Amino acid sequence: MTLVYGLIAGILFGFLLQRARVIRYDKQVGALLLKDLTIVKFMFTAILVGMVGIYLLADLGIISAGGRSLVLGGTLIGGGLFGAGWALIGYCPGTGWAALGEGRVDALFGLLGVFAGGIIYSEAYPFFAKTVLTWGDLGNPTIPEALGVNHWFVIVPMVIGVSLLFKLIEKLGL
Amino acid sequence: MNNKNDKGWNPYVAGALSGLVLILSVAVSGNYFGSSTSFIVLLGMLEKALIPERFAQVEYFNIVKAALSWQVMFVLGILLGGFIASKMFGDFKLQSIPDLWKSKFGTSKPKRYLVAFIGGTISMLGARLAGGCPSGQMSASILLSVSGFVSMIMFFILGIIVAKLIYRGGAR
Repeated sequence: MTLVYGLIAGILFGFLLQRARVIRYDKQVGALLLKDLTIVKFMFTAILVGMVGIYLLADLGIISAGGRSLVLGGTLIGGGLFGAGWALIGYCPGTGWAALGEGRVDALFGLLGVFAGGIIYSEAYPFFAKTVLTWGDLGNPTIPEALGVNHWFVIVPMVIGVSLLFKLIEKLGL
Repeated sequence: MNNKNDKGWNPYVAGALSGLVLILSVAVSGNYFGSSTSFIVLLGMLEKALIPERFAQVEYFNIVKAALSWQVMFVLGILLGGFIASKMFGDFKLQSIPDLWKSKFGTSKPKRYLVAFIGGTISMLGARLAGGCPSGQMSASILLSVSGFVSMIMFFILGIIVAKLIYRGGAR
């Protein structure tokens, strides 16, 4: 059943990604050139809605929410590498599949490259595990934990702040 | 750059709906969005079938299980969802070279495919080191995890630098 849920969630997400036009190279690179922030609007709205919903469910005791592993070496170097590669491929490892679904042939070559990256990573993993992934291990902090406040003191200001940012983006016509 | 003729759904609405899909997914099956691990799972399944001796030696497959998972189906669903939506709304289009790329680098297919391949390879190495690609870091950010926000910031900083570098001087 888990597999069926995964397929359904993927179809819905892929459908929405395609409809919002966020999977296209022109939109992805357009955002990195700071000329068209469609993907930023989509991504940040999804994060805000998700944040409110997930922490409501957590407060109701239906799920448990917590931070993920933060190793500065991996997060900073990996995050930077991803960003540099992203500007070249112009797709993401996940959303690139939807781009392929709407007929973008170059996305297929990009995804083959992602696969090649997976081969290199799986072979080089013992090296990374001993080096980069040990540099600056800070545990699994969340922002509210780091600040020592209740999560709603982070979520509410974030919703307000990002909403104001959206207003500015619209005003600038991006 | 916002093209008025480029009809699509409002990104705020579609983004909000995606957030709801994620909440439902977590509530129903406990699974957060993520994509990059699925490539490792598929790779593991492939190696297991084709070169089992090598597969047994790769330490990483002790950490990522090489068996059909929620995330592999999720990624397959994304492919199907993109296909269904584009067919339903009549904007499925076979295109080898994106317009923006063409405006700067011309119509050479091998050139575009090679750069896409290299970019894919680099981005995957980065995504695995950072513990996730944008869909996974979106989930981490939803959890208010510091790692999610730091990764996102790094994605954009280096992405903006490299994009500005390769597109410097505007279209040719």
